[in-house]
Amino acid sequence: MTRQLILCPLFTAILLTAGCSSHRSPRLQVLRLATTTSTRDSGLLGVLVPRFERQQQVRVDVIAVGTGAALKLGEAGDVDVVFVHARQAEDAFMAAGHGIRREDVMYNTFEILGPSADPAGVRGLDPASALQKIAAGGFVFVSRGDNSGTHKREHLLWKKGGGQPVWTDYVETGQGMGITLTIADQMQAYVLTDRGTYLRFKNKIDLAPLVTNSPDLRNPYGIIVVNPAKHPAIRADLANAFVDYVVSADVQKRIQNYQVEGESLFHPLRLTGSKEAVSNQRSAVSQKDLPSAGH
Amino acid sequence: MQLIWDSLSAAIQLVMTRDQAVFAAAARSIWISTTAVALATLIGLPLGVVLARTRFRGNRLVVLAFRVGMALPTVFVGMVCYAMFSRRGPLGPLDLLYSPWGIVIGELVLAIPIIVGISHGAVKALDPRVAETAWTLGAGPVRRWATYVSEARVGVMLAILTAFARCVTELGIAMIVGGNILHRTRTLATATALETSKGEFARGMAMGSLLLIVALVVTSLIGWVSQADERA
Repeated sequence: MTRQLILCPLFTAILLTAGCSSHRSPRLQVLRLATTTSTRDSGLLGVLVPRFERQQQVRVDVIAVGTGAALKLGEAGDVDVVFVHARQAEDAFMAAGHGIRREDVMYNTFEILGPSADPAGVRGLDPASALQKIAAGGFVFVSRGDNSGTHKREHLLWKKGGGQPVWTDYVETGQGMGITLTIADQMQAYVLTDRGTYLRFKNKIDLAPLVTNSPDLRNPYGIIVVNPAKHPAIRADLANAFVDYVVSADVQKRIQNYQVEGESLFHPLRLTGSKEAVSNQRSAVSQKDLPSAGH
Repeated sequence: MQLIWDSLSAAIQLVMTRDQAVFAAAARSIWISTTAVALATLIGLPLGVVLARTRFRGNRLVVLAFRVGMALPTVFVGMVCYAMFSRRGPLGPLDLLYSPWGIVIGELVLAIPIIVGISHGAVKALDPRVAETAWTLGAGPVRRWATYVSEARVGVMLAILTAFARCVTELGIAMIVGGNILHRTRTLATATALETSKGEFARGMAMGSLLLIVALVVTSLIGWVSQADERA
């Protein structure tokens, strides 16, 4: 019994010191970045962040949560910079004074997937009409249901189509895009997804893109520096450095060249002379159609 | 069935290629949960013994509170810890949010009620002659309590194992307080959840199996140290 009485506290002491030494790494400055799960899953940050870390001798802690949560973390001042894709919510965030600087970065696209047989007959339609047709026919539609960027876009599309009907086969998963796609695949249902996740899941699921290529399906990303007035620990200097880095010509080119499954996923918005930078000002799904209050 | 076979081959691949990220996550899980449980034992075991052996008003209420604590949802604990460790929160300056230590403290909150609850039960269930014998042999209080723990060692061992199991598999605290940050706070449990959400089911299951192996090793170790299975 004495053996145990001595061993336990000794063991605990060893663990505590081991923990202290391994985590007391050389005092690197730390930038906290909140982003969305789909951004993380695209793998783009895995390409962009390490270069920034090396160049600036900074450690970037990437916290990937849902869009709503990412913005909430920014609001609380628990992160220094927020990188999301929900224009309306971003504008509300800026209007409320939670951020001091916002920049457009890039865009990718959404698409509506469904069974290849397409029982609802939505292939080639515009997204708002497609959704209404799915609802009218009572077909199964799987939604994120989690206040994410994708979910917010779904809301906008329902609104554009004249409102969201209520029908029993509207399924809300409350989870990430990957799991939502898996569930939609199981149910052979319709689902709105970003192209990046679709490409990574192409070989795992049996759904086909039916509605693509519409201005309403553009998914622009914005990066925001959190207002340092919220808390002295906020590193606005590092945040600004990261934002400058992301909109720099070199990195914008890297974003353009980044491929998933052999396809360029993101379209940079800050390459000078690119027509996207200009047309983004007149984005098709514009805020003025909708109530100004954010989510 | 295909998924099971795929996960088996994924598991073998993980081990053969010594997947750095996975092994790092495993080591981190072990360190975090072991520290939390060790601290919880140091705090909770004496508490459990005292609760079982001392009479005072409200003893039942305290025991009830710890038993209820055994069922704390991890997301709830995670959210409370987030509120505490947030920059705006009371413990903000301690910089615990998004660090492994934050997870240790969260898991400590999870583990203490388990240690207290189960060891209390184990000591309470001891044959009354154990206490009588200790008294009559003139043992002081510390010696007596050490005797109770020794006699109840099976229960104590189970308390520690249960606490460890709860800690090493929990998601809520590691996600919310830890942030699942690569190379910093990614545990085996959160890595498994991540792989699953990315649709990498085979890899996810392989990591889950690794978690089971970790549990097997720790269980055997604790069993050996406590000598609980030797004949008393």
